[in-house]
Amino acid sequence: MKSQIRIAVIGLGAVGRGVVTTLDRMQKENTSSCIISAVSDSRSACIMPDGIDIEAMLAQKEKTGICGDPALSSRDIINSAPYDILVEVSPTDVLSAEPATEYIRAALARGAHVVTSNKGPIALHYQELATLAKKHHVSLRYEATVAGAIPILHILEHDIIGNKINALYGILNGTCNYILTRMSEEGLTYPQALEEARKLGYAEADPQADVEGTDAAIKVVILANTIFQKSISLDDMSITGIEQVTDDALRLTAGCDTTIRLIGEIIPDKNIYRVSPQILPKTHPLVVDGSLNAITLKTDLAGDLTFIGKGAGSFETTSAIVSDIFYILQSG
Amino acid sequence: MQVSMKLSLRDAPGNLVAALIPISAAGGNIKTVIHEHIPDAEGNVAVHVVIEIPEEQIEPLKADLAENGITIIRLGKERLLWRETVILIGHLIYTNLEDTINRVDDTGFAEVTYITIAMPEMKGPSSAQLVVRATGPDELAKAIEILRQVAQEKDFLLIVPLGGVA
Repeated sequence: MKSQIRIAVIGLGAVGRGVVTTLDRMQKENTSSCIISAVSDSRSACIMPDGIDIEAMLAQKEKTGICGDPALSSRDIINSAPYDILVEVSPTDVLSAEPATEYIRAALARGAHVVTSNKGPIALHYQELATLAKKHHVSLRYEATVAGAIPILHILEHDIIGNKINALYGILNGTCNYILTRMSEEGLTYPQALEEARKLGYAEADPQADVEGTDAAIKVVILANTIFQKSISLDDMSITGIEQVTDDALRLTAGCDTTIRLIGEIIPDKNIYRVSPQILPKTHPLVVDGSLNAITLKTDLAGDLTFIGKGAGSFETTSAIVSDIFYILQSG
Repeated sequence: MQVSMKLSLRDAPGNLVAALIPISAAGGNIKTVIHEHIPDAEGNVAVHVVIEIPEEQIEPLKADLAENGITIIRLGKERLLWRETVILIGHLIYTNLEDTINRVDDTGFAEVTYITIAMPEMKGPSSAQLVVRATGPDELAKAIEILRQVAQEKDFLLIVPLGGVA
Protein backbone atom coordinates (compact mmCIF):
# COMPACT_ATOMS: atom_id res chain seq x y z
CA MET A 1 0.00 0.00 0.00
CA LYS A 2 1.10 3.59 -0.66
CA SER A 3 3.12 5.33 2.01
CA GLN A 4 0.53 7.98 2.77
CA ILE A 5 -3.00 6.71 3.05
CA ARG A 6 -5.90 9.05 2.55
CA ILE A 7 -9.01 8.49 4.58
CA ALA A 8 -12.45 9.99 4.08
CA VAL A 9 -14.90 9.97 6.96
CA ILE A 10 -18.63 10.18 6.27
CA GLY A 11 -20.48 11.22 9.41
CA LEU A 12 -19.14 13.37 12.24
CA GLY A 13 -21.22 12.19 15.15
CA ALA A 14 -19.50 10.92 18.28
CA VAL A 15 -17.98 7.97 16.38
CA GLY A 16 -16.80 9.98 13.37
CA ARG A 17 -15.20 12.56 15.70
CA GLY A 18 -13.60 9.74 17.68
CA VAL A 19 -12.10 8.25 14.53
CA VAL A 20 -10.65 11.50 13.15
CA THR A 21 -9.30 12.49 16.58
CA THR A 22 -7.64 9.10 17.07
CA LEU A 23 -6.09 9.07 13.59
CA ASP A 24 -4.89 12.66 14.06
CA ARG A 25 -3.27 11.77 17.39
CA MET A 26 -1.61 8.69 15.88
CA GLN A 27 -0.24 10.74 13.00
CA LYS A 28 1.20 13.31 15.40
CA GLU A 29 2.74 10.49 17.44
CA ASN A 30 4.21 9.07 14.21
CA THR A 31 2.36 5.79 14.71
CA SER A 32 0.29 6.26 11.57
CA SER A 33 0.86 7.64 8.11
CA CYS A 34 -2.87 8.18 7.48
CA ILE A 35 -4.18 11.59 6.64
CA ILE A 36 -7.82 12.62 6.66
CA SER A 37 -8.51 13.93 3.16
CA ALA A 38 -12.25 14.45 3.52
CA VAL A 39 -14.98 14.62 6.15
CA SER A 40 -18.68 15.29 5.98
CA ASP A 41 -21.57 15.85 8.34
CA SER A 42 -25.24 16.01 7.48
CA ARG A 43 -25.03 19.62 6.27
CA SER A 44 -21.59 20.11 4.78
CA ALA A 45 -18.34 18.56 3.67
CA CYS A 46 -14.66 19.41 3.73
CA ILE A 47 -12.23 18.05 1.12
CA MET A 48 -8.47 18.66 1.36
CA PRO A 49 -6.38 16.18 -0.63
CA ASP A 50 -3.22 16.97 1.40
CA GLY A 51 -4.93 16.51 4.74
CA ILE A 52 -7.40 18.37 6.91
CA ASP A 53 -6.29 20.23 10.04
CA ILE A 54 -8.48 18.11 12.34
CA GLU A 55 -8.29 20.35 15.39
CA ALA A 56 -9.27 23.42 13.37
CA MET A 57 -12.06 21.55 11.58
CA LEU A 58 -13.55 20.25 14.85
CA ALA A 59 -13.29 23.70 16.43
CA GLN A 60 -15.18 25.14 13.48
CA LYS A 61 -17.84 22.44 13.75
CA GLU A 62 -18.19 23.16 17.45
CA LYS A 63 -18.64 26.86 16.74
CA THR A 64 -20.78 26.84 13.59
CA GLY A 65 -22.38 23.40 13.64
CA ILE A 66 -20.89 22.46 10.28
CA CYS A 67 -17.52 20.95 9.39
CA GLY A 68 -16.96 22.50 5.99
CA ASP A 69 -18.56 23.94 2.88
CA PRO A 70 -22.37 23.72 2.89
CA ALA A 71 -22.24 23.54 -0.91
CA LEU A 72 -20.50 20.17 -0.63
CA SER A 73 -22.05 16.94 0.60
CA SER A 74 -21.19 13.35 1.47
CA ARG A 75 -21.93 12.36 -2.12
CA ASP A 76 -19.30 14.81 -3.40
CA ILE A 77 -16.75 13.07 -1.21
CA ILE A 78 -17.84 9.57 -2.17
CA ASN A 79 -17.80 10.32 -5.89
CA SER A 80 -14.94 12.72 -6.38
CA ALA A 81 -12.71 13.30 -3.34
CA PRO A 82 -9.36 11.53 -3.21
CA TYR A 83 -9.35 8.69 -0.66
CA ASP A 84 -8.01 5.15 -0.25
CA ILE A 85 -10.28 4.14 2.62
CA LEU A 86 -13.83 5.32 3.20
CA VAL A 87 -14.93 5.30 6.84
CA GLU A 88 -18.70 5.16 6.57
CA VAL A 89 -20.30 6.14 9.90
CA SER A 90 -23.27 8.12 8.64
CA PRO A 91 -26.57 8.12 10.53
CA THR A 92 -28.39 5.29 8.76
CA ASP A 93 -31.66 3.58 9.47
CA VAL A 94 -30.81 -0.05 10.07
CA LEU A 95 -33.84 -1.48 8.31
CA SER A 96 -33.60 0.61 5.14
CA ALA A 97 -29.77 0.55 5.28
CA GLU A 98 -29.66 3.89 3.43
CA PRO A 99 -27.86 6.10 2.65
CA ALA A 100 -24.94 3.95 3.90
CA THR A 101 -25.39 1.20 1.32
CA GLU A 102 -25.34 3.71 -1.54
CA TYR A 103 -22.13 5.28 -0.16
CA ILE A 104 -20.41 1.93 0.35
CA ARG A 105 -21.38 0.66 -3.09
CA ALA A 106 -20.03 3.80 -4.78
CA ALA A 107 -16.76 3.77 -2.81
CA LEU A 108 -16.09 0.09 -3.54
CA ALA A 109 -16.85 0.67 -7.22
CA ARG A 110 -14.22 3.44 -7.17
CA GLY A 111 -11.71 0.91 -5.88
CA ALA A 112 -11.55 2.21 -2.30
CA HIS A 113 -11.56 0.11 0.85
CA VAL A 114 -14.55 0.61 3.14
CA VAL A 115 -14.88 0.46 6.91
CA THR A 116 -18.38 0.86 8.31
CA SER A 117 -20.17 0.76 11.64
CA ASN A 118 -23.59 0.60 10.02
CA LYS A 119 -25.31 -2.74 10.51
CA GLY A 120 -27.96 -2.29 7.81
CA PRO A 121 -25.74 -2.57 4.71
CA ILE A 122 -23.96 -5.66 6.08
CA ALA A 123 -27.11 -7.38 7.32
CA LEU A 124 -29.07 -6.71 4.13
CA HIS A 125 -26.55 -6.48 1.30
CA TYR A 126 -23.42 -8.36 2.38
CA GLN A 127 -23.21 -10.73 -0.58
CA GLU A 128 -23.55 -7.94 -3.13
CA LEU A 129 -21.07 -5.64 -1.36
CA ALA A 130 -18.53 -8.42 -0.72
CA THR A 131 -18.68 -9.42 -4.39
CA LEU A 132 -18.17 -5.81 -5.43
CA ALA A 133 -15.19 -5.47 -3.06
CA LYS A 134 -13.64 -8.65 -4.42
CA LYS A 135 -14.11 -7.47 -8.01
CA HIS A 136 -12.22 -4.27 -7.24
CA HIS A 137 -9.57 -5.99 -5.06
CA VAL A 138 -10.45 -3.97 -1.99
CA SER A 139 -11.58 -4.78 1.55
CA LEU A 140 -14.92 -4.25 3.21
CA ARG A 141 -14.58 -4.28 7.02
CA TYR A 142 -17.40 -4.02 9.57
CA GLU A 143 -16.00 -5.06 12.98
CA ALA A 144 -17.98 -2.27 14.71
CA THR A 145 -21.32 -3.75 13.64
CA VAL A 146 -21.23 -6.64 16.11
CA ALA A 147 -20.44 -6.49 19.84
CA GLY A 148 -18.71 -3.09 19.76
CA ALA A 149 -15.23 -3.28 21.18
CA ILE A 150 -15.00 -7.09 21.11
CA PRO A 151 -13.00 -7.93 17.95
CA ILE A 152 -15.22 -10.94 17.31
CA LEU A 153 -15.07 -10.88 13.52
CA HIS A 154 -11.29 -10.74 13.54
CA ILE A 155 -11.18 -13.57 16.08
CA LEU A 156 -13.50 -15.74 13.99
CA GLU A 157 -11.78 -14.95 10.68
CA HIS A 158 -8.17 -15.08 11.83
CA ASP A 159 -7.35 -15.91 15.42
CA ILE A 160 -9.12 -19.27 15.59
CA ILE A 161 -8.89 -20.19 11.92
CA GLY A 162 -9.02 -23.95 11.41
CA ASN A 163 -11.53 -24.43 14.19
CA LYS A 164 -15.01 -25.66 13.43
CA ILE A 165 -17.48 -23.43 15.27
CA ASN A 166 -20.16 -25.76 16.58
CA ALA A 167 -22.15 -23.01 18.27
CA LEU A 168 -22.06 -19.30 18.98
CA TYR A 169 -23.98 -17.84 21.91
CA GLY A 170 -23.93 -14.11 22.48
CA ILE A 171 -25.17 -11.31 24.68
CA LEU A 172 -25.42 -8.95 21.74
CA ASN A 173 -27.62 -6.15 23.05
CA GLY A 174 -26.42 -4.05 25.98
CA THR A 175 -29.82 -2.46 26.62
CA CYS A 176 -31.52 -5.82 27.17
CA ASN A 177 -28.63 -7.05 29.28
CA TYR A 178 -28.83 -3.94 31.44
CA ILE A 179 -32.59 -4.34 31.96
CA LEU A 180 -32.34 -8.06 32.82
CA THR A 181 -29.38 -7.44 35.15
CA ARG A 182 -31.32 -4.79 37.08
CA MET A 183 -34.46 -6.95 37.24
CA SER A 184 -32.37 -9.83 38.52
CA GLU A 185 -30.23 -7.95 41.01
CA GLU A 186 -32.66 -5.36 42.34
CA GLY A 187 -35.99 -7.04 41.76
CA LEU A 188 -37.14 -4.22 39.48
CA THR A 189 -40.11 -4.81 37.21
CA TYR A 190 -39.56 -4.66 33.47
CA PRO A 191 -41.09 -1.14 33.11
CA GLN A 192 -38.99 0.13 36.04
CA ALA A 193 -35.76 -1.29 34.64
CA LEU A 194 -36.53 0.05 31.15
CA GLU A 195 -37.23 3.51 32.57
CA GLU A 196 -33.95 3.44 34.47
CA ALA A 197 -32.07 2.33 31.34
CA ARG A 198 -33.60 5.26 29.46
CA LYS A 199 -32.64 7.77 32.13
CA LEU A 200 -29.06 6.54 32.20
CA GLY A 201 -28.78 6.58 28.43
CA TYR A 202 -28.49 2.79 28.04
CA ALA A 203 -31.77 2.69 26.11
CA GLU A 204 -32.83 4.77 23.12
CA ALA A 205 -35.86 7.04 23.34
CA ASP A 206 -37.55 4.39 21.22
CA PRO A 207 -36.11 1.11 22.53
CA GLN A 208 -38.38 -1.21 20.51
CA ALA A 209 -35.62 -2.60 18.25
CA ASP A 210 -33.61 -3.49 21.36
CA VAL A 211 -36.28 -5.00 23.60
CA GLU A 212 -38.02 -6.89 20.80
CA GLY A 213 -34.73 -8.61 20.00
CA THR A 214 -34.40 -7.11 16.50
CA ASP A 215 -31.05 -5.44 17.15
CA ALA A 216 -29.53 -8.67 18.48
CA ALA A 217 -31.09 -10.56 15.56
CA ILE A 218 -29.45 -8.21 13.04
CA LYS A 219 -26.08 -9.06 14.60
CA VAL A 220 -26.87 -12.77 14.35
CA VAL A 221 -27.69 -12.25 10.66
CA ILE A 222 -24.37 -10.44 10.13
CA LEU A 223 -22.41 -13.23 11.84
CA ALA A 224 -24.33 -15.96 10.02
CA ASN A 225 -23.91 -14.41 6.60
CA THR A 226 -20.30 -13.26 6.89
CA ILE A 227 -18.57 -15.85 9.07
CA PHE A 228 -20.76 -18.88 8.52
CA GLN A 229 -21.40 -17.99 4.87
CA LYS A 230 -25.13 -18.50 5.08
CA SER A 231 -27.70 -16.42 3.32
CA ILE A 232 -30.31 -15.59 5.90
CA SER A 233 -32.44 -12.55 6.69
CA LEU A 234 -34.43 -11.50 9.75
CA ASP A 235 -37.42 -13.35 8.29
CA ASP A 236 -35.53 -16.65 8.62
CA MET A 237 -34.94 -16.15 12.33
CA SER A 238 -36.86 -16.99 15.44
CA ILE A 239 -36.84 -13.74 17.44
CA THR A 240 -38.24 -13.30 20.95
CA GLY A 241 -37.45 -10.20 22.98
CA ILE A 242 -37.55 -9.49 26.70
CA GLU A 243 -40.80 -7.53 27.02
CA GLN A 244 -42.69 -10.49 28.49
CA VAL A 245 -39.98 -11.41 31.02
CA THR A 246 -41.26 -10.80 34.54
CA ASP A 247 -39.45 -10.03 37.78
CA ASP A 248 -41.18 -13.14 39.17
CA ALA A 249 -39.54 -15.29 36.49
CA LEU A 250 -36.13 -13.93 37.51
CA ARG A 251 -36.89 -14.64 41.18
CA LEU A 252 -37.91 -18.21 40.32
CA THR A 253 -34.72 -18.86 38.37
CA ALA A 254 -32.61 -17.25 41.11
CA GLY A 255 -33.79 -20.01 43.45
CA CYS A 256 -31.81 -22.48 41.33
CA ASP A 257 -28.76 -20.20 41.07
CA THR A 258 -29.71 -19.41 37.50
CA THR A 259 -30.78 -16.25 35.73
CA ILE A 260 -32.27 -15.10 32.43
CA ARG A 261 -30.41 -13.34 29.64
CA LEU A 262 -31.28 -12.48 26.03
CA ILE A 263 -29.13 -14.80 23.91
CA GLY A 264 -28.33 -14.62 20.21
CA GLU A 265 -27.59 -18.11 19.00
CA ILE A 266 -26.10 -19.72 15.91
CA ILE A 267 -25.86 -23.49 15.62
CA PRO A 268 -24.78 -23.88 11.99
CA ASP A 269 -25.26 -27.66 11.64
CA LYS A 270 -28.83 -27.48 12.91
CA ASN A 271 -29.62 -24.26 11.01
CA ILE A 272 -30.58 -22.59 14.28
CA TYR A 273 -30.50 -18.79 14.13
CA ARG A 274 -32.36 -17.54 17.14
CA VAL A 275 -32.68 -14.69 19.61
CA SER A 276 -34.55 -15.55 22.81
CA PRO A 277 -34.40 -15.16 26.57
CA GLN A 278 -32.70 -18.24 28.01
CA ILE A 279 -31.89 -19.62 31.45
CA LEU A 280 -28.18 -19.69 32.38
CA PRO A 281 -26.34 -20.68 35.55
CA LYS A 282 -25.27 -17.51 37.35
CA THR A 283 -21.69 -18.73 37.08
CA HIS A 284 -21.83 -19.02 33.28
CA PRO A 285 -19.23 -16.75 31.65
CA LEU A 286 -21.96 -15.22 29.46
CA VAL A 287 -23.71 -13.83 32.55
CA VAL A 288 -22.17 -10.38 32.39
CA ASP A 289 -23.55 -7.37 34.18
CA GLY A 290 -24.97 -4.12 32.96
CA SER A 291 -24.62 -3.10 29.35
CA LEU A 292 -21.69 -5.40 28.59
CA ASN A 293 -21.68 -7.76 25.63
CA ALA A 294 -20.25 -11.29 25.67
CA ILE A 295 -19.83 -14.07 23.14
CA THR A 296 -19.13 -17.74 23.77
CA LEU A 297 -17.83 -19.87 20.91
CA LYS A 298 -17.96 -23.63 21.08
CA THR A 299 -15.16 -24.91 18.88
CA ASP A 300 -13.72 -28.32 18.06
CA LEU A 301 -10.05 -27.48 18.66
CA ALA A 302 -9.91 -24.53 21.04
CA GLY A 303 -12.83 -25.71 23.17
CA ASP A 304 -15.06 -23.05 24.65
CA LEU A 305 -13.94 -19.43 24.31
CA THR A 306 -15.73 -16.45 25.82
CA PHE A 307 -15.07 -12.80 25.01
CA ILE A 308 -16.46 -9.96 27.08
CA GLY A 309 -16.46 -6.24 26.34
CA LYS A 310 -18.42 -3.07 25.92
CA GLY A 311 -20.95 -3.50 23.15
CA ALA A 312 -21.81 0.09 22.38
CA GLY A 313 -20.53 3.60 22.88
CA SER A 314 -18.53 5.97 20.75
CA PHE A 315 -15.11 5.02 22.15
CA GLU A 316 -15.72 1.30 21.72
CA THR A 317 -17.02 1.77 18.18
CA THR A 318 -14.04 4.00 17.40
CA SER A 319 -11.75 1.22 18.65
CA ALA A 320 -13.33 -1.28 16.26
CA ILE A 321 -13.15 1.12 13.30
CA VAL A 322 -9.51 2.11 13.86
CA SER A 323 -8.64 -1.57 14.19
CA ASP A 324 -10.32 -2.26 10.83
CA ILE A 325 -8.38 0.61 9.21
CA PHE A 326 -5.08 -0.78 10.45
CA TYR A 327 -6.03 -4.29 9.43
CA ILE A 328 -6.47 -2.97 5.88
CA LEU A 329 -3.16 -1.08 6.04
CA GLN A 330 -1.27 -4.13 7.28
CA SER A 331 -2.82 -6.55 4.81
CA GLY A 332 -2.48 -4.17 1.86
CA MET B 1 -34.51 -48.06 33.15
CA GLN B 2 -32.20 -46.86 35.87
CA VAL B 3 -32.19 -48.91 39.06
CA SER B 4 -30.33 -48.18 42.25
CA MET B 5 -29.71 -51.08 44.65
CA LYS B 6 -28.22 -51.48 48.05
CA LEU B 7 -26.78 -54.99 48.40
CA SER B 8 -25.39 -56.76 51.44
CA LEU B 9 -22.60 -59.30 50.96
CA ARG B 10 -20.07 -61.22 52.99
CA ASP B 11 -16.86 -59.26 53.48
CA ALA B 12 -14.68 -61.80 51.72
CA PRO B 13 -12.52 -61.72 48.55
CA GLY B 14 -14.44 -62.39 45.35
CA ASN B 15 -17.88 -61.53 46.74
CA LEU B 16 -18.12 -58.15 45.04
CA VAL B 17 -17.39 -59.74 41.66
CA ALA B 18 -19.93 -62.42 42.44
CA ALA B 19 -22.51 -59.69 42.96
CA LEU B 20 -21.66 -57.82 39.78
CA ILE B 21 -21.50 -60.80 37.39
CA PRO B 22 -25.28 -61.47 37.56
CA ILE B 23 -25.91 -57.81 36.73
CA SER B 24 -23.83 -57.98 33.57
CA ALA B 25 -25.35 -61.36 32.71
CA ALA B 26 -28.83 -59.80 32.91
CA GLY B 27 -27.82 -57.14 30.39
CA GLY B 28 -27.35 -54.45 33.02
CA ASN B 29 -24.98 -51.56 32.47
CA ILE B 30 -23.21 -50.71 35.72
CA LYS B 31 -22.95 -46.93 36.16
CA THR B 32 -21.76 -46.59 39.76
CA VAL B 33 -20.45 -48.91 42.44
CA ILE B 34 -19.83 -47.67 45.97
CA HIS B 35 -18.34 -50.33 48.18
CA GLU B 36 -18.42 -49.82 51.94
CA HIS B 37 -15.44 -51.44 53.62
CA ILE B 38 -16.50 -51.49 57.24
CA PRO B 39 -18.44 -54.72 57.97
CA ASP B 40 -21.47 -54.78 60.22
CA ALA B 41 -21.74 -57.04 63.34
CA GLU B 42 -22.47 -60.08 61.13
CA GLY B 43 -19.43 -59.47 58.95
CA ASN B 44 -21.44 -58.16 55.96
CA VAL B 45 -20.63 -55.03 53.94
CA ALA B 46 -23.01 -52.80 51.95
CA VAL B 47 -22.56 -52.10 48.25
CA HIS B 48 -24.52 -49.38 46.44
CA VAL B 49 -24.87 -49.91 42.71
CA VAL B 50 -26.64 -47.87 40.06
CA ILE B 51 -27.39 -49.76 36.85
CA GLU B 52 -29.20 -49.31 33.55
CA ILE B 53 -31.22 -52.43 32.82
CA PRO B 54 -34.27 -53.42 30.75
CA GLU B 55 -37.31 -53.43 33.07
CA GLU B 56 -38.18 -57.08 32.31
CA GLN B 57 -34.74 -58.18 33.51
CA ILE B 58 -35.16 -56.87 37.04
CA GLU B 59 -37.07 -59.85 38.48
CA PRO B 60 -34.68 -62.49 36.97
CA LEU B 61 -31.76 -60.45 38.32
CA LYS B 62 -33.24 -60.40 41.83
CA ALA B 63 -33.60 -64.20 41.72
CA ASP B 64 -30.07 -64.65 40.40
CA LEU B 65 -28.58 -62.45 43.14
CA ALA B 66 -30.51 -64.36 45.83
CA GLU B 67 -29.20 -67.66 44.43
CA ASN B 68 -25.69 -66.31 44.82
CA GLY B 69 -26.32 -65.53 48.48
CA ILE B 70 -26.53 -61.78 48.01
CA THR B 71 -29.19 -59.90 49.93
CA ILE B 72 -30.96 -56.96 48.31
CA ILE B 73 -31.59 -54.44 51.09
CA ARG B 74 -33.24 -51.86 48.88
CA LEU B 75 -34.12 -51.50 45.20
CA GLY B 76 -35.35 -48.27 43.64
CA LYS B 77 -36.52 -47.82 40.08
CA GLU B 78 -36.11 -44.47 38.38
CA ARG B 79 -37.90 -44.12 35.10
CA LEU B 80 -37.70 -40.38 34.38
CA LEU B 81 -33.98 -39.80 34.45
CA TRP B 82 -33.67 -36.71 32.30
CA ARG B 83 -34.83 -33.36 33.55
CA GLU B 84 -35.00 -29.76 32.48
CA THR B 85 -36.21 -26.74 34.42
CA VAL B 86 -38.07 -24.20 32.30
CA ILE B 87 -40.01 -21.00 32.82
CA LEU B 88 -43.46 -20.23 31.43
CA ILE B 89 -44.86 -16.70 31.52
CA GLY B 90 -48.40 -15.76 30.52
CA HIS B 91 -52.01 -16.26 31.51
CA LEU B 92 -51.25 -19.74 32.78
CA ILE B 93 -54.28 -20.18 35.03
CA TYR B 94 -56.99 -18.76 32.76
CA THR B 95 -55.80 -20.85 29.83
CA ASN B 96 -56.31 -24.17 31.67
CA LEU B 97 -53.13 -25.03 33.52
CA GLU B 98 -54.26 -28.63 33.86
CA ASP B 99 -54.39 -28.96 30.09
CA THR B 100 -50.90 -27.44 29.77
CA ILE B 101 -49.48 -30.01 32.18
CA ASN B 102 -51.48 -32.91 30.74
CA ARG B 103 -50.13 -32.26 27.27
CA VAL B 104 -46.74 -33.33 28.63
CA ASP B 105 -47.97 -35.98 31.09
CA ASP B 106 -50.15 -37.67 28.44
CA THR B 107 -47.09 -38.55 26.36
CA GLY B 108 -46.27 -41.46 28.66
CA PHE B 109 -42.57 -40.68 28.35
CA ALA B 110 -42.44 -37.32 30.15
CA GLU B 111 -44.07 -35.60 33.10
CA VAL B 112 -44.20 -32.20 34.71
CA THR B 113 -43.02 -33.22 38.17
CA TYR B 114 -42.77 -29.85 39.89
CA ILE B 115 -44.35 -26.47 39.40
CA THR B 116 -44.08 -23.17 41.26
CA ILE B 117 -46.31 -20.31 40.19
CA ALA B 118 -46.13 -16.63 41.04
CA MET B 119 -49.36 -14.72 40.42
CA PRO B 120 -48.76 -11.07 41.26
CA GLU B 121 -52.14 -9.66 40.25
CA MET B 122 -55.55 -10.99 39.29
CA LYS B 123 -55.49 -10.23 35.61
CA GLY B 124 -51.75 -9.96 35.06
CA PRO B 125 -49.56 -12.67 33.61
CA SER B 126 -48.23 -15.30 35.97
CA SER B 127 -44.77 -16.83 35.93
CA ALA B 128 -44.13 -20.51 36.56
CA GLN B 129 -41.10 -22.67 37.00
CA LEU B 130 -41.66 -26.20 35.76
CA VAL B 131 -39.49 -29.26 36.13
CA VAL B 132 -40.04 -31.61 33.21
CA ARG B 133 -38.72 -35.15 33.53
CA ALA B 134 -38.48 -37.72 30.75
CA THR B 135 -37.20 -41.21 30.06
CA GLY B 136 -34.38 -40.07 27.77
CA PRO B 137 -32.83 -37.03 26.10
CA ASP B 138 -34.89 -37.35 22.92
CA GLU B 139 -38.07 -37.73 24.93
CA LEU B 140 -37.14 -34.67 26.99
CA ALA B 141 -36.57 -32.66 23.81
CA LYS B 142 -39.99 -33.81 22.53
CA ALA B 143 -41.63 -32.79 25.82
CA ILE B 144 -40.06 -29.32 25.61
CA GLU B 145 -41.22 -29.07 22.01
CA ILE B 146 -44.76 -29.88 23.15
CA LEU B 147 -44.50 -27.08 25.71
CA ARG B 148 -43.24 -24.81 22.96
CA GLN B 149 -46.35 -25.58 20.88
CA VAL B 150 -48.61 -24.98 23.88
CA ALA B 151 -46.79 -21.71 24.54
CA GLN B 152 -47.44 -20.62 20.97
CA GLU B 153 -51.13 -21.58 21.15
CA LYS B 154 -51.72 -19.91 24.51
CA ASP B 155 -49.40 -16.95 23.95
CA PHE B 156 -46.93 -17.87 26.71
CA LEU B 157 -43.25 -17.07 26.76
CA LEU B 158 -41.28 -20.29 27.22
CA ILE B 159 -37.73 -19.82 28.51
CA VAL B 160 -35.42 -22.83 28.30
CA PRO B 161 -31.86 -23.37 29.53
CA LEU B 162 -28.99 -22.36 27.27
CA GLY B 163 -27.51 -25.35 25.46
CA GLY B 164 -30.27 -27.61 26.83
CA VAL B 165 -32.08 -30.33 24.92
CA ALA B 166 -34.39 -27.98 23.06
